[in-house]
Amino acid sequence: MKDFMFVFRNDPAVMAGMSPDTLQTSMQKWMDWIGGIAAQGKLVDRGSRLANEGNVVRPAKIVTDGPYIETKESIGGFIMVRTESLDEATEIAKGCPILSAGGNVEVRPIIRM
Amino acid sequence: MENQELIPHLFRTEYRKITAVLGKTFGLEHIEIAQDIASDTFLLASEMWAMKGAPDNPVAWLYTVARNKTLDYLRRDKLFKEKISGQMVRNSEMDDEITIDLSTQNITDSQLQMMFAICHPSLPVESQIGLALNVLCGFGINEIAGAFLTNKETINKRLYRAREKLRTEKVKMEFPAETEIESRLDAVLKTLYLLFNEGFYSAGKDVTLRKDVCIEAMWLTKMLTENPGTNRPPANALLALMCFHASRFEARTNPQGETVLYQDQDDTLWDSALISRGEYYLNRASCGRELSRYHLEAAIGYWHTIKADTAEKWEHILQYYNQLLVLEYSPIAALNRTYALAKARSKPEAIREAEKLNLADNHLYHSLLGELYLGIDDGKALNYFKSALSLARSRADRQLLTEKIQRIGDHNG
Repeated sequence: MKDFMFVFRNDPAVMAGMSPDTLQTSMQKWMDWIGGIAAQGKLVDRGSRLANEGNVVRPAKIVTDGPYIETKESIGGFIMVRTESLDEATEIAKGCPILSAGGNVEVRPIIRM
Repeated sequence: MENQELIPHLFRTEYRKITAVLGKTFGLEHIEIAQDIASDTFLLASEMWAMKGAPDNPVAWLYTVARNKTLDYLRRDKLFKEKISGQMVRNSEMDDEITIDLSTQNITDSQLQMMFAICHPSLPVESQIGLALNVLCGFGINEIAGAFLTNKETINKRLYRAREKLRTEKVKMEFPAETEIESRLDAVLKTLYLLFNEGFYSAGKDVTLRKDVCIEAMWLTKMLTENPGTNRPPANALLALMCFHASRFEARTNPQGETVLYQDQDDTLWDSALISRGEYYLNRASCGRELSRYHLEAAIGYWHTIKADTAEKWEHILQYYNQLLVLEYSPIAALNRTYALAKARSKPEAIREAEKLNLADNHLYHSLLGELYLGIDDGKALNYFKSALSLARSRADRQLLTEKIQRIGDHNG
């Protein structure tokens, strides 16, 4: 079994523009999807959601505000799953509700140090 | 109360108190002596009370006899007295005679400390449950073997090893330090949860015994909620979930002793007083930010006390199962979650999810798929119920499955 990190990217404006009802439905879809992974015993870490704001520290210790508002692909969160292969993990990622909201999932094998 | 009711009743409540106080007095390594004295006390009670009738204050009588038996034992066994007197510095400095403190406070403290000792992380969980039944609930070897569906030798060995372990690990009867209390309480709750489940889900056919196990687990959990040091949200949540489950005790078995499935139960047999208790403890559990698995299971239990088969109910149950699984995987939660998905959404959606579960060696997995295929493809449903039957071990499960198979046959025949 191998561990994979799913990195979720989306346009922050999409979530910000959601009505409370849509947001509720969206949360429900997320929980169904993650619950489904957990029901297979394949969820290693439920991860966290990340806030949109933040800082970026660049060389010469230059600190900038997170440029996330303009980007269409802000990292919104992550989880960790355990599967036999990258293919299996990718298959699971295809069910992620973010895909129907214009976002994407990056599936990356974790290399244990 | 007549003697034949009074003594078993007192045994359930007082045996653990006497054992705990004496265990505390002697030190945990001599727990068997404490248990012997407690048993002897009850033996004498049943003999004496049968002849002369019960005394006016039976509990005080029991304590006096237990105290006297202990002092006799110590007088007889000087060596033992010397051995334990070292541990009893506080008392022996003041008094040559050993004091046996049967005050309410010491009884409560001793029982709680005994719980922590028995649920010590150095013991395997099944030993913890065995010891809890034996020491805290006063269950004999036969009863424990019955509850675990195993034989006396296995239980005897298990308890022997558990006591040895308490000795070699030098486990003390004391409250855990403040820094440790959370993790130690976690272990206690886990054991009480498993103890309750042992009674509730066990395949044993002795319904009274199973119910007793559940009631004992509830008593012990209630004790935790009554002590300021252990009255934490997860303990209340655990008690709430026990109340909700136990409320269906009468409804889940028919007069022939056969299992009645949730959806077929007569809800007038559900115990509304226990449901209210459950709601009370669930409210008490809902302070603070902690959301333990017991909170989620209690919430699931709460929705099960509402009979109306609405989409709203199953949506709540589904979401709590989602959260529960994210917190901690278990095959039974995975199967139940999939059932809730069928009820909240649709059977085809649940079938797709069920097929991913990889639990083909579990008869409940096949039962679930059988249930999901009913009305969609009865041929498939039948095959799944047949696979379930070939894997099911308990009499009750086999009976339910046989009936299901019969019914599909009648329906399509």
